[in-house]
Amino acid sequence: MSLAVAKAPAGGRRVGPRAGLAACAGLLGLAVLASLAIGPVTLPAGRVLEVLAAALRGASLAGVRDAVIVLDIRLPRTLLGALVGAAIALGGAVMQGLFRNPLADPALIGVSNGAALAAVMWIVLGAPVLDGLAAAHLPAALAGAGLPACAFLGALAATFALYAIATRDGRTSVATLLFAGIAVGALSGAGTGVMVFLASDQQLRDFTFWTFGSLGGATWAKVAAGLPFLLFMLAAALPLARPLDALALGEAEAFHIGVDVQRTKRLAIAGVAAAVGAAVAMAGVIGFVGLVVPHLVRMMMGPGHRALLPASALLGGALLLGADVAARTLVAPAELPLGVVTAAFGAPFFLALLLRRRAALFG
Amino acid sequence: MSGVAEMEEGAGYVAQGIGLRRNGRRLLEGAGVALAPGRVSVLIGPNGAGKSSLLKVLAGEIRPQEGRVSLDGGDIFRLPPAALARRRAVLPQAAQVAFPFTLAEVVALGAPPGRTTAERVARLLARVGLAGRGAGLYERLSGGEMQRVQLARALLQLEHGARPGYLLLDEPTASLDLAHQVQVVRLMREIAAEGVGVLAVLHDLNLAAMAADEIVALQAGRVAARGTPAEVMTDAGIAALYGVRARIGWAPASPFLLPQGLEG
Repeated sequence: MSLAVAKAPAGGRRVGPRAGLAACAGLLGLAVLASLAIGPVTLPAGRVLEVLAAALRGASLAGVRDAVIVLDIRLPRTLLGALVGAAIALGGAVMQGLFRNPLADPALIGVSNGAALAAVMWIVLGAPVLDGLAAAHLPAALAGAGLPACAFLGALAATFALYAIATRDGRTSVATLLFAGIAVGALSGAGTGVMVFLASDQQLRDFTFWTFGSLGGATWAKVAAGLPFLLFMLAAALPLARPLDALALGEAEAFHIGVDVQRTKRLAIAGVAAAVGAAVAMAGVIGFVGLVVPHLVRMMMGPGHRALLPASALLGGALLLGADVAARTLVAPAELPLGVVTAAFGAPFFLALLLRRRAALFG
Repeated sequence: MSGVAEMEEGAGYVAQGIGLRRNGRRLLEGAGVALAPGRVSVLIGPNGAGKSSLLKVLAGEIRPQEGRVSLDGGDIFRLPPAALARRRAVLPQAAQVAFPFTLAEVVALGAPPGRTTAERVARLLARVGLAGRGAGLYERLSGGEMQRVQLARALLQLEHGARPGYLLLDEPTASLDLAHQVQVVRLMREIAAEGVGVLAVLHDLNLAAMAADEIVALQAGRVAARGTPAEVMTDAGIAALYGVRARIGWAPASPFLLPQGLEG
């Protein structure tokens, strides 16, 4: 009997890593083009490419209407979307590898909630700090950095707390980490509730809008602020490919074949915190991309992390841009919150996954 | 074959005077075992005697409160994981793998990334009786097949490591049928003949007698007896170790045991 001809999508019928990465990069290219072309004024793809080519040549495009739309309005939002999507998907892939569980998600261990709580605290309680900055005649840009910084610190604090709780004698128990994550998530949720109770109506609107996730506030400054976090995440993630493969065997087994398990965990946790904190800061809480994308990549290319991690980053960017195009156009001229769109396709996917694995999960 | 006593001072893979406490329970007390290249040592003993704990200490997984584990004279707990992995491979008891890896991918994890070949992996799969199955999904295998894939993975690790290598097996025959139990024992002998030092935890005393150059019997965390199968497997020895009355017979090369009933 040969299992090579198994009917399931995973197994015998995989796409090779090169073809798979090329496909993901192609999808990202299409999504970028769609995101630049589609909107209140929809431009033909050829025109978008013309504008991009002219900008790359350094031609003067000042005052050209299509150039303003593509380069000034849509390009920052598109790049931010690609960055956020890549960061979330990569964070999800690393976290699933770390926990050896395809259902793990940054939201699951409270990292996103920690980031969100810190961000809400900034929205509700940050006014005195802002006043202080104004009184000290500090630049307004510093005030704008408050929300991202708080979200990042929140993610880091949540991750750090989890790590401290779940590590004993230099070993991290994944089970303890998962349960502690549920507790940290609940605690963050309660803290967020208190903040909502304290908030004024205007703060509540700000908060609600931000909670659902949006790329609406994209600026070149935000893109520039997010890029280093993603580069750090990539730099941390790519050397993790082999250790994460080994961790699939189990922690003791990974140690047996020569992996420094504690170091792997520290690196993975720091990378995930950076990616998730930065993504939450840039675009709010956007669920399910981190869950869905690595799963799709595994179905297509197999579970090896050497291909999974870069492919997840590419496909995550593509998927989030697609969702953003949908969010902008479905109820135009109004805009759907991005998190609502990703949840609308992600939650059924999650349930389907859960039902398929029910036997394995609950005996 | 040279005995452990005649070996060069400090050579080999040796656990000495191991004392291990966990959650206030004493798991090992003054226990030890010495592996030598080319020899098969087998740990036996009743449930809870500390066999798996001693194997985990030897593997470097658990640091004991007392005693020392040395590899060619050096403390293994000072070695980086990668350096230790070049000298010893471990076949674990549990063999679940997260995510849908293929058999060949699981085996290839035994080697540094990109350093092994598909032919090598296929040859080792064939050696454990899984020829031509490399593209199948690991998670669809039976428990016994998983254990054999893990064995192939451990063998690949030894092939890519430095010599002499050591192989630690935690109940390698636990979920295997009779034919595969015998195959694994034969494989242990073959690997030892290639110069590897082998240590296995076994429950089946007849398999232990077939496999072992030396049997180490643990009881309540201490070494109760050690010696050749013929020296350890005696009426009195089995009665003292397990509280079982047994008849010891003699097959051409090794003793065998027929349980007759409980003592007393």
